[in-house]
Amino acid sequence: MASTQVVHAHAAPQGFIRKYVFSLDHKVIGLQYYFLALIAVFVGMALSLLMRIHMVYPTANLPFFGEIKPETYLMFLTMHGTIMVFFVLTTAPQSGFGNYFLPIQIGAPDMAFPTLNMLSFWTTFVAFVVLIAAFFVGAPLHGWTGYAPLSAVPSAGPGEGLGADLWITSIAIFCAASLMGALNFITTVLDLRAKGMSMMRMPLTCWAWFITAILGLLAFGVLLAAGILLLMDRNLGTSFFVPGGLNFTGQTAFPPGGFSPSSTPIKHSGGSPLLWQHLFWFFGHPEVYIAIVPGMGVTSQLLSTFSRKPIFGYKAMVYAMLAIGLLGFVVWGHHMFMSGMSPYSAFAFSIMTMAIGVPSAIKTFNWLGTIHRGRVRFTAPMLFAIGFVSLFVSGGLSGPFLAQPVLDIPLHDTYFVVGHFHLIMGVAAIFGIFAGTYYWFPKMFGRMMNETLARWHFFITLVGTYAIFMPMHYLGMAGQTRRYSEFTQVAYQMKLVPLQKFVTYAAIVTISGQLIFLFNLFWTMAKGRKATDNPWEATTLEWTTATPPPHDNFAGRTPVVNHGPYEYSVPGASRDYVMQTDPATATAH
Amino acid sequence: MATLSPTVSLKYPKTRGGGGAGAPPISGGGDGDGRAGGSSPNYGQRLRRARLGLAVGLTPVIMLFVSFTSAYIVRQGLPTLDLRTNTYIHDWLPVNLPWVLLMVNTVVLLVSSVTMELSRRQITRQAALAPVQSIPGVSLGEERTVPWLGITVVLGLGFLVGQWLAWQELASRGFYLATSASSSFVYLLTGMHAIHLAGGILALLYVAITSLLRRPVEVRRIAVDITAWYWHFMALLWIYIFALLEIAR
Repeated sequence: MASTQVVHAHAAPQGFIRKYVFSLDHKVIGLQYYFLALIAVFVGMALSLLMRIHMVYPTANLPFFGEIKPETYLMFLTMHGTIMVFFVLTTAPQSGFGNYFLPIQIGAPDMAFPTLNMLSFWTTFVAFVVLIAAFFVGAPLHGWTGYAPLSAVPSAGPGEGLGADLWITSIAIFCAASLMGALNFITTVLDLRAKGMSMMRMPLTCWAWFITAILGLLAFGVLLAAGILLLMDRNLGTSFFVPGGLNFTGQTAFPPGGFSPSSTPIKHSGGSPLLWQHLFWFFGHPEVYIAIVPGMGVTSQLLSTFSRKPIFGYKAMVYAMLAIGLLGFVVWGHHMFMSGMSPYSAFAFSIMTMAIGVPSAIKTFNWLGTIHRGRVRFTAPMLFAIGFVSLFVSGGLSGPFLAQPVLDIPLHDTYFVVGHFHLIMGVAAIFGIFAGTYYWFPKMFGRMMNETLARWHFFITLVGTYAIFMPMHYLGMAGQTRRYSEFTQVAYQMKLVPLQKFVTYAAIVTISGQLIFLFNLFWTMAKGRKATDNPWEATTLEWTTATPPPHDNFAGRTPVVNHGPYEYSVPGASRDYVMQTDPATATAH
Repeated sequence: MATLSPTVSLKYPKTRGGGGAGAPPISGGGDGDGRAGGSSPNYGQRLRRARLGLAVGLTPVIMLFVSFTSAYIVRQGLPTLDLRTNTYIHDWLPVNLPWVLLMVNTVVLLVSSVTMELSRRQITRQAALAPVQSIPGVSLGEERTVPWLGITVVLGLGFLVGQWLAWQELASRGFYLATSASSSFVYLLTGMHAIHLAGGILALLYVAITSLLRRPVEVRRIAVDITAWYWHFMALLWIYIFALLEIAR
């Protein structure tokens, strides 16, 4: 293991390659992750736009793509899910912001293992390239969950050959990269905290990144195991997931009259498709929290900062996040109520799942308690943090419905589930990323993002996402099935097409609204108003250092922490906030 | 893991461990020859950090094999549909492992674990004595040094060759990777363990290269130390896999 790199015992690198490409600096690596996620999110969003248009105008001739065929729709579905879950929701909030701000917020000069950190980014990058390569050989049809046997047999359908191999390889590489990242995060938090920075003085963002890293460390190994078994089933003739007696024609396109069974079944027997589901969801459910927990951390940080009040119930917030992480490992079965599992185990999974409502409610009430009677400053990051709470509640409330097998069975394969998980896992986490971007942009680039544009961006995105995903709950209850490429040919679903059209229009508007963000981001980088070192009057360590932070974060100083992270409006203090590094006497009153 | 707390106190003065003394040099290269000038990195801290990183890094390895184990046990008890009779049957074929050969391999691996430990202690001693020996005119006498590290690499390679012979033996009995679910798992578990052990051998070869490059003994010492703990873990993992394959056939 070459993980014994000297932490910044070297001078700041000078050459372009060492400074910006193969950099060991956690700040550069954080930005690399962030911009990778930014590219990925626009690819993923373009795919969703194509899917939405195809769904309501199935015969439309789109530029570049022509008329989208059903199998193409499923390829878009797979790539949209995979790109968004792995390369956006896992990459930006954890690896992006976490890499940039975790070491600064705990007062460290860098991550524990800078070389490993660089390796972890470039491995992620390779995973992304491999995934995109699947586009060019025909992407798989099996969705981001990759259910066997569709994913396990190369002749199962178009894109399930080389495309599926590339997909699995990409996931396996991504697992390795995430494990390296998680290792680094955990070691950094445990070993590199500045003097006085006890665990219970860490900002909640650091707690969130730490807990997310633990979840990743435990979950990605399982996905890697499942991926190895799947690759063996596909290429080495084993039968872990493939049952006997399957018939595949080996045709690479859907024939107009449907498939006719071939006379020779494939040479597998005895595998269990359910085994894949168990392994996948044992990873998959913690993955949901990997996406959302960093957003919770950012939201807690921002609500306290912009309400000028200490966070309500710091310890409760920490324990609630730990409880959510722990419960996340014992509820995977609720994704599988449709698989014919024993009602007894379904009952156990159902109870555990509903128990997650308790720590989630603790967090929500603490957020509301933090804003309550605060002197709220409605800045752009604050708006997005409030939006996060709103989406977390709206998306979360449909969770207890789906947690009950008796309700999940009719709702599972409908748009109700699509609405649920997009609100809570997708859009809420994205709002966390936006909040973090607006909040930390002045520290990262030394300029203030434009508030007016940010407000337009916020309101378009908030109203737009609600307009997209709220009607989906109704569509689901009315029986609109998910994963169908079109509804215009299905008699009972045709009545719902007007509402689907509304959703598509809302999606077009919302996606266009993101161009405002993109413009604001790059325009501010070049021409924005210069920021001071602590423009938000916040307390945590990243605001004590220069803007942008120097190579070793604190320019040779070693910060000493005397205060908790949320000391706002302290009675008797000279300002309405006490920095973590202020002398201990500041709170002597 | 009690074994991970540093048990060896270093002879290097810990000048950089305290609060204000940890300031990294901002300008000028501290990378190459700066060590003599008092800017030596804190090896004690680096060793502790590397050990912590290893402990954290072994967790996903454990999760990987926990996943394989759960898949193994589930698949073993799973009835499968027999297409000829259209009934559910148990198709699990117990694999008779080449017991003697695997026992020899186990002994080889355990001995390599001992030599690895001796190697770790050897380099720990060397690292502790290095500052004394660097004083001009001071000699500690000729110590007879056994190349424990080289012996460990040879034994590790011997274990891998032994595993390869075991696979040959299984194949000659008609158990290939895709023959039955049980044989798939035998190859999977032993193969994944072999890959991980090969990683340990690569780490030892990396140490050998750093030795040739005349890196400070402390740098090698950290690499040897964490590879040793990794190596012991691989020995334990092998005993677990062997027991699983023998007991839960």
